[in-house]
Amino acid sequence: MKGSGTSPGIAIGKIFLYKEPEIKVVKTQTEDPQLEIDRLNKAIEKSTNQIEELYERTLKTVGEKEAEIFTAHKMMLEDPEFIGGVREKIVNDKVNSEWAVKETADYYISLFENIDDEYLKERALDLKDVSKRLLKALLNIESGDLQSLSEKCIVIAEDLTPSDTAQMNKEMVVGFVTELGGKTSHTAIMARTLEIPSIAGVKDITNLVKNEDFIIIDGKKGDIIINPSEEEIKIYEAAKKEYEDFKTKLEEMKGKESVSRDGFKVEIAGNIGTPKDIDKVLENDGEGVGLFRTEFLYMDRDRLPSEEEQFEAYKIVAEKLKNKPLVIRTLDVGGDKDLPYLNLPKEMNPFLGYRAIRLCLDRTDIFRTQLRAILRASAFGNIKIMFPMISNLQEVRDAKAILEEVKEELRKENISFDNEVEIGIMVEIPAVAVHSDIFAKEVDFFSIGTNDLIQYTTAVDRGNQDISHLYNQYHPAVLKLIKMTIENGHKEGIWVGMCGEAAGDEKLIPLLLAMGLDEFSMSASSILKARWLIKNTSKKEVADMIDTILTLPTAEDVESFIDEKIL
Amino acid sequence: MFKQEVILQNETGLHARPASLFVKEASKYTADIKVTKDGKDYNAKSIMGILSMGAAKGDKIIIQAEGDDAETAVKELISLVNNKFNE
Repeated sequence: MKGSGTSPGIAIGKIFLYKEPEIKVVKTQTEDPQLEIDRLNKAIEKSTNQIEELYERTLKTVGEKEAEIFTAHKMMLEDPEFIGGVREKIVNDKVNSEWAVKETADYYISLFENIDDEYLKERALDLKDVSKRLLKALLNIESGDLQSLSEKCIVIAEDLTPSDTAQMNKEMVVGFVTELGGKTSHTAIMARTLEIPSIAGVKDITNLVKNEDFIIIDGKKGDIIINPSEEEIKIYEAAKKEYEDFKTKLEEMKGKESVSRDGFKVEIAGNIGTPKDIDKVLENDGEGVGLFRTEFLYMDRDRLPSEEEQFEAYKIVAEKLKNKPLVIRTLDVGGDKDLPYLNLPKEMNPFLGYRAIRLCLDRTDIFRTQLRAILRASAFGNIKIMFPMISNLQEVRDAKAILEEVKEELRKENISFDNEVEIGIMVEIPAVAVHSDIFAKEVDFFSIGTNDLIQYTTAVDRGNQDISHLYNQYHPAVLKLIKMTIENGHKEGIWVGMCGEAAGDEKLIPLLLAMGLDEFSMSASSILKARWLIKNTSKKEVADMIDTILTLPTAEDVESFIDEKIL
Repeated sequence: MFKQEVILQNETGLHARPASLFVKEASKYTADIKVTKDGKDYNAKSIMGILSMGAAKGDKIIIQAEGDDAETAVKELISLVNNKFNE
């Protein structure tokens, strides 16, 4: 059987089948509404107490963010419209509390569900959870099952609500399988936080298994084996051990230098999109930030961000990194990433259009404000500035001239900044890679942006599903451009990094190391794995194969060569 | 009774965080406070009421209050909206 894996790892063990007790609500008439109101009040009190307890427990065992949901639940139990509506129904219709709760909750649930809006759909789930709790309190249905787990088990359920997982005895749960949900559902997020495997979207599983059944789940592949054979258990136990050993190995990579087996040192950094992403990079022991995308400051709002706002965002990251390098990329919008308040024209070819540095050199007001903010922040850490979408040298010269003007302004205003701040460019347009020997004379570093470099080199729109098979980072032409860029950079004595997806690709890391790449910048979760890989690779050995690799005819040939000869 | 009209200018409208800020502010007053949109009334002290109103950026709403602190309540809520919920 198969579902979709939502949290990696392997779990082997007994099943705990969690079936929600059925809640049956029957409409009855009452002669004494006050009696029903009293029952309702008691149920609200009981539910509120439970919610407060769950809040405390989640706060202690998981974290503040996860506990926050119970504050919202409590707010619903105090809501004058919801609870007021229930009371009104009891009094006006002379019905029992259960019926009034169900009718009122259903009204709001369907109201929220029928509006096409993710936020309201989530609130509908909260309301379901809260009304269920209230009904259980009214009907005296206890559901302490998950709380009293006393042996290690894999929990199988239709779906798990935040209330379910909050009260669960987490020490005993080694995995989850649910019929509903996906990667972003509550159970999946909880599983990843607890670092246990989880699989979602397994149709009908609650009817196919019974308590005490034995099960194997592989949270990466989404595989499920019910009542496995001795043989299967053996295989999976070995795989489980391998996975856990690997995780330990990665943990051991923390605090170590990124040095190849034969003694060559590189830098492994993280890519970030917002200031709070920096925490994940530091957690994974990143040696800096190789790409800070600044678009978040400009998007989802109705006007340009102020200098002050930007300064604060850059400064906070620079300070958290202490003296580790922070490469800030100037604004990369336009084309497909629209900012409605700039009224950019619609284009036929947005990826080849008015975007990034092209826009900045035209709208110098926007550019200057950003450069001022970055320079001011440079007094608080080790900041480097990077220009995106450079296609010819004049752009580099123009951008640098504006930067000099802004520096002069700051000097006149007696505002401190790092006068030696390094200036680099993204190498993502083939013209620049080909001409990189000349560009290298006028900048302090290169950072290869493989996502766009592949797209522009192969003329494949990376967003187009129909041609996605043509988008391939192992394309020999792309590899040649990368090698050329690194060599040309080194000839002029500047460092060369990479901040595209390819920098974190297990198969490409040995090649890039051998080509002499100095800095690898990737998503935080790949950092330790990349360091482990580099520690286990000999730069010289792979370097001897580079010439052969670059003569291979196709991307598929390159990939299988790497699989067979290097990994 | 005090009432005033206002147009929502923040990105999310009366939604998510702004909605709960609005309800929290309204709940500070003893006055009865209502929000009217498209001729329908909603309870300003209820998160469910405000959410089900589904007011988005650019929508016109009327805030009205009746009671001892009605005037302050309306003024404060209007300024919360005008300040775009301090986003």
